[in-house]
Amino acid sequence: MTLKKQLEDLRDRAIKNIDSTLTLNDLNQIRVEILGKKGPMTEVLRGMKDLSASERPVVGSYANEIRDVITEKIEKKKIFLEAVKLNQTLKEEKIDVTLSGKKVPQGVRHVLSQTLNEIEDIFLGMGYEIIEGYEVEKDYYNFERMNIPKEHPARDMQDTFYITDDVLLRTHTSPVQARTMEVHDFSRGPLRMISPGKVFRRDTDDATHSHQFNQVEGLVVDKGITMGDLKGTLEVMVKKMFGQERKIRLRPSYFPFTEPSVEVDVSCFKCGGTGCNVCKHTGWIEILGAGMVHPNVLEMSGIDSNEYSGFAFGLGAERVAMLRYGINDIRHFYQNDFRFLEQFKIKE
Amino acid sequence: MSLTGIEVENVRRLDEGLKKIVVGFIKDCRPHPDSDHLSICQVDVGEAEPSQIICGAPNVQADKKVIVALPGARIAGNIKIKKGKMRGEVSNGMICSLQELGIADNVVPKAYSEGIFFLPDDSKVGMSVFPILGMDDSMIELSITPNRADALSMRGTAFEVGAVYRQKPVFTDKKVIEDDSAAADQLIQVMVEDEADAPTYKIRMIKDVKIKESPLWLQNRLIHAGIRPINNIVDVTNYCLLEFGQPMHAFDYDKIQTVKIVVRRANAGEKLVTLDGEQRTLTADNILITNGETPLALAGVMGGLDSEITEKTTTVALESAVFDPISIRKTAKMFNLRSESSSRFEKGINVATVQEACDFAGAMMAELSGGTVVSKTVTATSMKLKPVLVKITLAKINRSLGTTLTIEQVNEIFAALGFKYDLNHDQYEVTIPPRRWDIAIEADILEEVARIYGYDRLPSTLPGGQVQPGSLTKSQQLMRATKTLLEGSGLTEAISYALTTEEKAAHFLQKESFPTVLQFPMSEERTTMRMNLISGLLDDLAYNVSRKNENIAYYEVGRVFYQNKSADSLPIEENHLAIAVTGNWQEKDWQTIKQPVDFFVIKGIIENLFSMYGLTNQITYQNSQDYPEMHPGRTARILLDGENIGFIGQVHPITAKKYGLESAFVGELNIQQIFAADRKGIIYKEVSKYPAVKRDIALLVDENITNQSLRSGIHAAGGRLLHRVELFDLYQGKNIEKGKKSLAYTLTFMDPETTLTEEEINQALNKIQKRLRSDFSAEIR
Repeated sequence: MTLKKQLEDLRDRAIKNIDSTLTLNDLNQIRVEILGKKGPMTEVLRGMKDLSASERPVVGSYANEIRDVITEKIEKKKIFLEAVKLNQTLKEEKIDVTLSGKKVPQGVRHVLSQTLNEIEDIFLGMGYEIIEGYEVEKDYYNFERMNIPKEHPARDMQDTFYITDDVLLRTHTSPVQARTMEVHDFSRGPLRMISPGKVFRRDTDDATHSHQFNQVEGLVVDKGITMGDLKGTLEVMVKKMFGQERKIRLRPSYFPFTEPSVEVDVSCFKCGGTGCNVCKHTGWIEILGAGMVHPNVLEMSGIDSNEYSGFAFGLGAERVAMLRYGINDIRHFYQNDFRFLEQFKIKE
Repeated sequence: MSLTGIEVENVRRLDEGLKKIVVGFIKDCRPHPDSDHLSICQVDVGEAEPSQIICGAPNVQADKKVIVALPGARIAGNIKIKKGKMRGEVSNGMICSLQELGIADNVVPKAYSEGIFFLPDDSKVGMSVFPILGMDDSMIELSITPNRADALSMRGTAFEVGAVYRQKPVFTDKKVIEDDSAAADQLIQVMVEDEADAPTYKIRMIKDVKIKESPLWLQNRLIHAGIRPINNIVDVTNYCLLEFGQPMHAFDYDKIQTVKIVVRRANAGEKLVTLDGEQRTLTADNILITNGETPLALAGVMGGLDSEITEKTTTVALESAVFDPISIRKTAKMFNLRSESSSRFEKGINVATVQEACDFAGAMMAELSGGTVVSKTVTATSMKLKPVLVKITLAKINRSLGTTLTIEQVNEIFAALGFKYDLNHDQYEVTIPPRRWDIAIEADILEEVARIYGYDRLPSTLPGGQVQPGSLTKSQQLMRATKTLLEGSGLTEAISYALTTEEKAAHFLQKESFPTVLQFPMSEERTTMRMNLISGLLDDLAYNVSRKNENIAYYEVGRVFYQNKSADSLPIEENHLAIAVTGNWQEKDWQTIKQPVDFFVIKGIIENLFSMYGLTNQITYQNSQDYPEMHPGRTARILLDGENIGFIGQVHPITAKKYGLESAFVGELNIQQIFAADRKGIIYKEVSKYPAVKRDIALLVDENITNQSLRSGIHAAGGRLLHRVELFDLYQGKNIEKGKKSLAYTLTFMDPETTLTEEEINQALNKIQKRLRSDFSAEIR
């Protein structure tokens, strides 16, 4: 048998074996057997020394060619078998994807904070500052500077917790405005502010009353502020908070610190104004109080009421949240029952 | 009407929900044989035969016209009346009291309050009772704001309705027929000591009166307005109060005892028994009506018992006056005697109709009592009416409202309001009628114009002018970031009450402070402003645990209130952040073992916070026994640049138990001080291209040596190349000498400039080991 023939036999046998191999181990064995030092390929090459000088390169190159063919065949088969093995492993690694994931602790912001943040952001966008103040205030700032002198009948509108005759728990965030107005430098621009925060009234806690609640009051003072500006500003707020289709309605009211004073109703965001339980079948929901700043309030803060005018408004965060989510008991906000708080984790 | 002026709170039919209630005539009434209180009545209800009705009222009697609910009727409270039997006797309906028609107990005339009501004898049997009782009508309830006290009368409201509907109110006046046989000032002298107390004070005399029930129409009106009818004199004063808004008082002239009325301030300690039978001890805040010697009445608030109108009264001294609002308010408040009268004096009354109302009342009393009005009104004081003029320009109106109203439109609004004005170019001078004493300045006129014009017709604009960008302050930004971080760490925000008990307010106290205590708390639970946030959170935790929400992790941000002294100054308000966690931090589930919350869970969160603030290197923790409410071994005081800013740790088991908790881990920080701290912020460093090298070091030290001191020692010795130090093992116990502990740290070395050599690292390690041995007597293992 010629060397050439031997090589061809070797090749055919090898290919047959490789094709029928099923495992990487067997494949490796084939490689060692055929191409290894003691294997037939080495033996064939060893037999080349008996060939003539002219035959040697021909057979040599043929032998190399055959070896390359076998090597390539083995490599291909190896890749194939590796893929089979990996697929098998992956198949075995299957999990029940319906098992629950690892619990990553995640807290929730209080619904009142969320509501306040939202209102704050609306007014930040319109160039307002957020100013906080004292929760325990002087009677002077809480009442007198708001045009409510001692023994004024309007004091009955806000039952008050007193610490001393002159110190009290603020009944609204208006004193923040009084304190801000008296230091605001109008040469640097108009005053646009909101003051969110806790306020207190001497009420017995029940489903609709709370001795503590959160308020946001707003104030704009500049030359030429009109009641139309108040209406337009409140419309922007109401639309952002309750939807673009909402309308507002102003009704005459009374606050000692504004004149004219109005109650502001928003068209019902539940029924759109046709009448439902939320709006008590009126189509409207009372949402805030507002008005043009009383000239006395401006003057007491050292602002010339002939030159400057302003508007002010106030709303309760609890009321907004209660209306929005249909919460029927104001005490929920301060009991901090986790089953209540955690419901507000959803970003709407 | 609600949209332009006064809010209509409710409109309701007075006979709403009532039916088949008619006039009946009791022909015969005899006791029920089987009862000691029931009567068997034969009642003519306009049918062929009388109906037998059993009645339990004590005042039931024959020959009276009564209110009968026929079988099938509905009475108040949606109760249906059926034919029935009572103790064996047939009852075809029910004889009703006024209460059973829905009239409030406190306005039913005393004579009928315990029994059935007798209708006038001329009532037609079988006819509906509603027209007779004035109930075939609707009641409009108005909600009147304190500034619109002018509408606290029928006449005032009529003007308001007139303005809204562009109509002119018309009133029927009563003419006083005076009896000239005597003059009132011969019967009585009237004096006011201080005109400021009673700027107007008038007395009219009505003589030969006969006291009796008022006619039913008058009683009906009072009842439906919420006032109990008393007799024909007192009812007239109340009627005029409703008609004019002018409170009045009627004295029994003979019981004045002197022929004098003196209005003066009470002497401290002086006593008066008021109409309600209470003895009142007076102060100089109270204005008194006296007979020159002893008190007769608390001016504007309540009459005295001794001079009250009774059945025997024959001569009435009728007072019509204006009193100082502040004194009236104080008096009413002091004695808790807010009345229809006092609230009107407080808010002001129409000073132009004091005399008119007085005449009206006098005439009405004469008419209803058969008496005569003695000629002349005795006037002690009488306020001069100063015309109120308010100037405003059309331009100002438009500038303030944002409108483009014309002169004609504004003229029409003033006409609707009944305001006279002079117009000079576009300058108005508006004469305010005395009935609108709430109007005094330009802004008041603006409101009148705006509301009558209609708020819905105002334009919607946004404030123009210079606008600065609005932005959160640094602290506000940090606060929001803080909340976001805490929530991301698994803490839920709670908001608790700032008022708590005095005891809880002083728990977990970080500063010496007096408490801020309410003068008149509503309950024992809410008397004192908190001086810590933790106690509120522990209450929240306990609330949840008792409802089987056992794993709770809360944080709260809010003010605490410190007082330097118990004086009148404002407390110091400090913004704090508190954390409170109870139960398991990780619940057991299919792949996790449960992990109860511990000190290091809380500390990890706090460390993340300080890391976000960029303050990590300025913070130190020290074991603290400062807080009696905290576990003495598991509490750390936290210092920022050496200053105390709060603490974290485990609540003392005894305190936890007091709050109703098994255990809790808490922390409270002065967040305000933290926000105000100097911080470096971000100083960007190039990310090193050269690899870091890690080496572990294990050491044995005395158990009292803290991790913090070892770390600072390592850092100090490690020099510039030492990048990070992490404790990865802590061991005490078996194989370790008692009183010692074994710690193992991973040290990370890095040089941003170049690759570290083995030699450099060994050098640094040697230094560290040397320092640990010398400073901490550490045994390096």
